[in-house]
Order: sequence, then structure tokens, then C-alpha cells
Amino acid sequence: MLTFTIRRLLLSIPTLLFIALVIFLLLELAPGDPMGQMPLTIPDEVKQKMREALGLGEPWYTRFSLWLYQFFIVEPQYWIDGIFGTNFADGAQRIISFQSRSPVFDTIAERIPQTLWVVGMSYIVGVLIALPIGIISAYKQYSVFDQCGTFVTMIGFSIPPFFTGPLLIFIFSVQLGWLPSIYDTTLVVDDWESFKQQFKQMIMPVMVLALQTTAQIARYMRASMLDNLGQDYVRTARAKGMKESVVVMKHVLRNSMIPVVTVIALGIPAIFGGAIITEQVFKVNGIGQLLIIAIQGSDIPMVMTITFLFAVLIVLFNLIADVLYGVLDPRIRYD
Amino acid sequence: MTDQATVDRIENSVSRSQWWDVWDQFKSHKGAMAGLFFLVSITLFVVIGPWLWQVDPTKLDIRSKDIRPIYTALWNGDAKVSWSHPLGTDNLGRDIMANLMQGGRISLAVGWTAMILAVFLGTTVGVLAGYFRRLDGILMRFTDLMLALPLLPLLLVMMLLFRDSLRAALGPEQGIFVLVVVGIGITSWMQTARIVRGDILAIKEREFVLAARSIGTPSGKMITRHLLPNVLSPIMVSATLGLATAIITESALSFLGLGFPPDFATWGKILNDSVPRMVNFPERVILPGMMISLTVLSVNYIGDGLRDALDPRLRGR
Repeated sequence: MLTFTIRRLLLSIPTLLFIALVIFLLLELAPGDPMGQMPLTIPDEVKQKMREALGLGEPWYTRFSLWLYQFFIVEPQYWIDGIFGTNFADGAQRIISFQSRSPVFDTIAERIPQTLWVVGMSYIVGVLIALPIGIISAYKQYSVFDQCGTFVTMIGFSIPPFFTGPLLIFIFSVQLGWLPSIYDTTLVVDDWESFKQQFKQMIMPVMVLALQTTAQIARYMRASMLDNLGQDYVRTARAKGMKESVVVMKHVLRNSMIPVVTVIALGIPAIFGGAIITEQVFKVNGIGQLLIIAIQGSDIPMVMTITFLFAVLIVLFNLIADVLYGVLDPRIRYD
Repeated sequence: MTDQATVDRIENSVSRSQWWDVWDQFKSHKGAMAGLFFLVSITLFVVIGPWLWQVDPTKLDIRSKDIRPIYTALWNGDAKVSWSHPLGTDNLGRDIMANLMQGGRISLAVGWTAMILAVFLGTTVGVLAGYFRRLDGILMRFTDLMLALPLLPLLLVMMLLFRDSLRAALGPEQGIFVLVVVGIGITSWMQTARIVRGDILAIKEREFVLAARSIGTPSGKMITRHLLPNVLSPIMVSATLGLATAIITESALSFLGLGFPPDFATWGKILNDSVPRMVNFPERVILPGMMISLTVLSVNYIGDGLRDALDPRLRGR
């Protein structure tokens, strides 16, 4: 298992490098000019100098190596310095955003908590709703509950978040006036009143994202439970005279959870992608909204870094899913 | 007489292809039939609709702007309604029904073309990787790489990058259409490729393939005559899933303002444009949203029914 993990970790390095190259070359083709926003009165030679100051004069491979160096060496150094108060970085050049002229990672660090709160919470809520639905649907297959559950998951699968979002806003903030329509990130939670407000403003974005998660995971859970309920060991357990609750909740559930856990792990990076739209709907100033703004402003270092971070998440959680699968299921042997 | 009847019955049962069995099984799936009905209705609505409802979707008519749909009169007698615009008009006086039809044409066209492109790419890669052992490693590595890319952000970047050059080369509508279709197509073929490769690998080891090879069937014929017909069912199921995701992705791109240009309505674009006025005119969000959701829901149910119908173990039960 350990050798497998190490081998996969080593293999993911060239994968990530290649992905970084693909993203970089794609952005290299960008017609958008970061100087486009500058006043027209600036003479051309000054503009040229400004462009060089942004590092745009160099050939692409120099800039790509520089970005790699900054991403993998300089930024971790600043990170360590920030935690331990050391001075590894020694004033080295960081990755700078074209738009805000501040280090990209500082902006990302400002945005990450909002995204993590909303996305993370929605994922947990979604999984917690999905598991019981999947279990009961499978146990009472073709019952009314199963039919309803399947229908609800199908709806969650089919209705895009950019429709459920406005719909929820219309019902709960416009018509009923119960919940705020915009996520207020400046809110500081320090007493009961502000906690209630925070809770209220999180309900809608979390539910929109959770609906998607629930739909996917409940379907997997149901299919996996159905696979296991028909197995011989279930009959044996019942024949031994075990209680039905023990048979289902211990024997069947544990075995059914194996594929579901990996699906849960695989879904975490995808939910960040889905959050791009939900953040746009509820005006959450998270990482997805940052990406959209950066794309529209041709802020190449920002787009590059955020997209690459998403890629890192995907590769990492693929690895985690594979390792979890091996750890949970002793029949799976990678070596 | 009796003999003749028996012969007839035998002949009938012989002429019955497996697709009739599939259709019979498909018919017994209520959700799938409802889905098929809705998909056909929506398709007819957007394809035939513009001939019956000959209102120019882009025509501005400021005098009759902000007309509510006709059914609003049921609970609100003062609402501004008009039979000449049954579903109302938007803030520039454009007819919403005509826009929904026009938008639906583009959304469905993008969905179908992107799905066909993705299925074609996925099947090609899957068959090549499954059949030719030399290509397997490199093609599957490539597929894994594509799966590790963050697709939505890259799709957004691609939209922005190639938009102007393609618009200049092919004209505003065709250029963006090609861009959206190709963008969605090349970012969603990977699942199909994996499924097809797995099935080809299994089928390749069966006896009938060995028999075909022993009489000297060349590789091309082997693939088209023996392998492809046998992987048709997983391809069809992933095609329905692909259609659903393509429609959602196109709407998402339009919603984020990176799809079609402003004067070409698509369902996602109408929805996005109407969100700021949702308080006064909720129907402008709900109608296109319902169209997207109903289409995707029907396609997903059809996919469910197809999966059951194409599985010979379930058929005939």
C-alpha cells in the first residue's frame, strides 16, 4: 500500500507539470492585453516598458519556468516564513496579479474561507442527507419512499444551480422575505444575533450546492446497497438469526460504503467547479468569483494559479480515492 | 390452416430484431416514456414553433414592453397582458415566446452537436485503445490527463480566448456556435472513452472474435462489424448523459456571460438577463429555467430507461 501511494505520488508530479504547461500555453494564446485598461494618453514606448515590467517581454519558456519556480519554491517559503517567522524567502519575487498588483496568494487566502465555508458545509450537508436516502431507498426498493427518493435525486441531477439559485432567492427572499439574497462576507460572528444572521445567509447557497451532491451520492449509495443486499452473506447473517438492524446497518452498510466513500472523495474537487456558478448567483466573493473576474480582466497569473490549484485538488483527491479504496477493501491489492 | 398460422408466427418472430425487444422493454419504463414525450414536445415546440408563431424574436417594440404572461390575469386583474404576446415581452418589448423558441433551437442544436462530437471522440479513442494494445497506454494516459484538468475554468478561458478570432473567421453566430460545440465536445469525451475501452477489452477475448480473426478479417472490418455493434448500448447510454450535460454546460456558459453574443438568445442567456428583474417579472427566469430543467430531466429519464432496456439480463422480466 505504501509503495503504491509513493509511486502514485511520484507519478502525479509529471502529470501536474504537464497540466501546468497545458494551462500556461492555453493562456499564452490569450488575445487579451493587461494594458487594455490603461488610459490611451500613455505613449506607446511607456506602455512597452510597463509590459516588460509585468514580465511579458520574455519568451514563454522563461516565464513558465519562472512561474514554476515561484509557485513551488518562493510561495512555500513565504508560507513557512509567515508561520514560523523565519526568513527563507528573503524578499524574492512572488507571483503578482496583473489587476491588483498584490501577490496572488494573498488574494486567494482572503477568498478561500468564504468558499470553504459554503462549499465545505454544503458538501457535508449533502452527504448527510444523501446517505439515509440511499440506504432507505435500497432497503425498501420500489416503495413509495424509493420512488420519491429516485425522483428527487433525478431532479437534483437535472436542475442546474443557476436556476435553483434564483428560484430560491425569489421564493425565500423576495416573496417570503425570510433569508437575505446576498451573502455578506463582512459579517463578523461574535454573538448570537450575528450567528443567526450568518446561519440564515448560508442556508440558500448551501442548499443549492447540497442538492447536486445529494443527487449524485444518493444514487451511488442506493446502487451499492442493492448490490450488497442480494449477496449470500446477507442471507447467512439473517439465517443465523441476527437482528435486521444489525444485518443492514453493520454488514451491508459497511460493505456498501466502500465505493461510496471513494465517490465522495472524487466529488470534492468537482464541487469547487460547481461553486463558480453558485458564488456568482449569491454574490459570494469566494475563489470562483475571483476566477471569473480574473478571466474577464485577462489577469494571467491569477487565472493560471487558480486553475492550477483546481488541478492539484483533482489529482490529490483522485489519489486519496484510490488509496482509500485499497485501505477499506482488503480484496483490492495494488501491489 | 393451423400449419399456416404457425409458419406465420415463426416468420414474424424471426423478422423481429432485437431492437423491438429493446423498444418493448423501454415502453414499460414509465419515466422514460414520459421523458421521451417531453423531449419530443419540446423539440417540436422549438423546431415547428417559429413557423406557427411568426414573431421576430429580436424585434424591439418599446411601446409594448414588460407585458406579463397571459395567465397572470387570473390572479392579478390589473396586470398588463395582451393576447398578441401570450408569454409576455421583456424590457425591450421582445416577445418571450419567440425568444424561447429561438433560444431552444440554439440550446438543443448545441447540445446535440456537442454530444455527437463527444461520443464520436470517446468511441474512437476507446476503440483504438481497447483494440490496439500499442496505443492503449498512451491513449489512456492522455484520457487520465484530460480528466485531471479543471474543465469548467478551462472552458471559460477557451471561450474568452478564441471568441474574437472565430467570430471574425466564421461570422458572429457560426463562430460562437463552433466554439461552444467544440469546447464542450473536447472536454466531455473521456467517460465514454473509458467505458468503451473496458467493454472492447472484454469482448476482444470472446470466441466469436477469435473465429472472425481466424478467417482473416482485417482490423477495420473487425471493429466496424464485430466490436462496435456490441458496445452500442453503453455508447447510447453515455450519449444521453452527454446530451444532458452538454445542454447544462451551454446554459452555464451563457449564464456566466461567456456564451453566445447578446443578440442571440439561448435559454441560459434569457435566464441570466432576467435575474436582475426577477422581483417584478419572475416568469422570465422561471420559463427558460423550466425549459432547461425539463429537457435535461427528460433526457436523464430516457437514459435510465435505455440502460434498463439495453441490458439483456433485465429484458423480458
